[in-house]
Amino acid sequence: MLQKTQDATLAVDIEKVTKNYGSFTALSGVSLDVRDNEFFTLLGPSGCGKTTLLRSIAGFEEISDGAIRLYGEDIAGLPPHQRPVNTVFQQYALFPHMTVAQNVLFGLQRLRKPKDEALTRCTEVLELVQLSAFAGRYPNQLSGGQQQRVALARALAPKPKLLLLDEPLSALDLKLRQAVRVELKQIQKETGITFIFVTHDQEEALTMSDRIAVMSAGEVQQVGTPREVYEAPRNRFVADFIGETNLLDVTVTSVTGDQAFCILPGGREITCPAAAVVDPGPGHLSVRPERMTLTAPTDALLSGQVENHVYLGTDMQVMVRLEDDEVLTLRVQNSDAVSIPAIGSEVGIALEAGAARLLAD
Amino acid sequence: MSKITDMRRFPGFLQLTLLCLLVLYAPLMVVMVYSFNDSTSITLWGGFSLRWYEDVFFGLDAPKFKQAALNSLTIAVMAATCATIIAVSAAVAMMRARHLKGRTASFALINLPLMVPEIVTAVASLIFFSAIGFATGYATILVAHIVFCIPFAYLPIAARMQSIEDTYEQAAMDLYATPAQAFRLVLLPLMMPGIFSGFLLAFIISLDDFLITNFVKGAGIETLPTAIFGSVKQGIKPNIMAISTLLLLVSVGFVTLSYLASRMGQNREKKS
Repeated sequence: MLQKTQDATLAVDIEKVTKNYGSFTALSGVSLDVRDNEFFTLLGPSGCGKTTLLRSIAGFEEISDGAIRLYGEDIAGLPPHQRPVNTVFQQYALFPHMTVAQNVLFGLQRLRKPKDEALTRCTEVLELVQLSAFAGRYPNQLSGGQQQRVALARALAPKPKLLLLDEPLSALDLKLRQAVRVELKQIQKETGITFIFVTHDQEEALTMSDRIAVMSAGEVQQVGTPREVYEAPRNRFVADFIGETNLLDVTVTSVTGDQAFCILPGGREITCPAAAVVDPGPGHLSVRPERMTLTAPTDALLSGQVENHVYLGTDMQVMVRLEDDEVLTLRVQNSDAVSIPAIGSEVGIALEAGAARLLAD
Repeated sequence: MSKITDMRRFPGFLQLTLLCLLVLYAPLMVVMVYSFNDSTSITLWGGFSLRWYEDVFFGLDAPKFKQAALNSLTIAVMAATCATIIAVSAAVAMMRARHLKGRTASFALINLPLMVPEIVTAVASLIFFSAIGFATGYATILVAHIVFCIPFAYLPIAARMQSIEDTYEQAAMDLYATPAQAFRLVLLPLMMPGIFSGFLLAFIISLDDFLITNFVKGAGIETLPTAIFGSVKQGIKPNIMAISTLLLLVSVGFVTLSYLASRMGQNREKKS
């Protein structure tokens, strides 16, 4: 543990944090490491504890057990105003009786920064979020996107060691949200501040994060890069929550190392990577819809009958009912080069190498 | 569109409204109009004159009314100030302390005096003061006024407080403000419109209170309402109408201010 706290590249060290509300456990023994200069995302459905964890780091919730260390210093006992951490709130919480500039200056003034230094910093962050022209406006004179940027500027102004973002994009409309994603990631890189970003939107998490912690029911299910959590989900929850997936019931015959041999519905056998230690017996195989291709029914790994098509613009979704009555969903690129078999026709399904992954429950 | 199917037309609505307005305002209009009456009679019109206003300020009874008005004013200012401070503390405590036990009970208790018949409060106050041996006079009036003004000050303040989310204070504390700074720099300015209208409401209530004042004031001290009542007992003179009109003006002025204050607060937070 001592070694860990001395690690200079470690920004936040969350160790076995538990939070109980009466008999309800919002966080149960959560441990996470957030590296310096990292865009780290807490991803999960509502009620999974991600916001509680964020508020515990900010100091708005008192944790029941565990430790939260910021660059080696235990901050769990400090009140919010003594933590070198700033927050971008979900509803921004801009002070309505202050101008944009006054909002941005608020933190700097509380830290007793010299006046000219504070003003320089204020100009600097307003430039960063491209709102220099709006310094004298009141928050209610700004659009939602502008308010969001003021909230970001206000939180960045005191140069916090850590910036917390509580679903800051959820109040924006889709087009704006997509633009802000890129901008936000850019600002994180430019400022070099460690970001912890909370969201329930997996697309947001995948596009912006350096690493993602997938949470459910007060526990961390998996931590990894966007590619890792998408392509190598550890368990059923992660596979199901991030992107779409097909879960096939298979029988595991043997496991060697991280490779498993399993029998597919229909009797064919395949070798695939296993997510964790899996015992022989019934198991679940995750296959992403875009990693399967339709083939001739003869001699295919899986075969069945086309049940339905759904037109998605760039893709076609094809549902295939297997012999054991399970329905698999495939994504086929919408192109003249690919012919989609008619509903009712018999088809075979081929899996790309590494497309299938055996999951722990 | 035929008149029958037009949902915006309510037959007789206009007449009913006019009747209500008449009943509400006719007595006030009579008092206001007759305060400018030249005659000493309170019912016969003798031409326009300001003599009764002159009488109020410079007449025989002028010193008595001036002293009473001064008492009323100082008591109202002090009572409203104290009641507002207490109401602000109560509102902040009740809205912010999530774990405060008996929150609902406290809320009901602080508003209950609004429902208690005033005569009961008046008698109870008198009994209380004499039980603890408190000599009746200026101080008893002031204490009684502070007490019955609290719920009036509390209502607009609590209503305002309800619309202020606690994320503002959290944002302030997140930006290194101590809890005291968060209160002073963020919560208090946001509450200001409510505090202002609470103060004005308490001020008006205190200024024109008669019943409780009359019970607890003791001999030798008058407020404007008790002084007016005292002189009416000896027969209504038109100067009373002049005083009443002046008092009405003050009230209308303050109520308007209070309304404008709360509207200003709302405007600023309205999303454009």
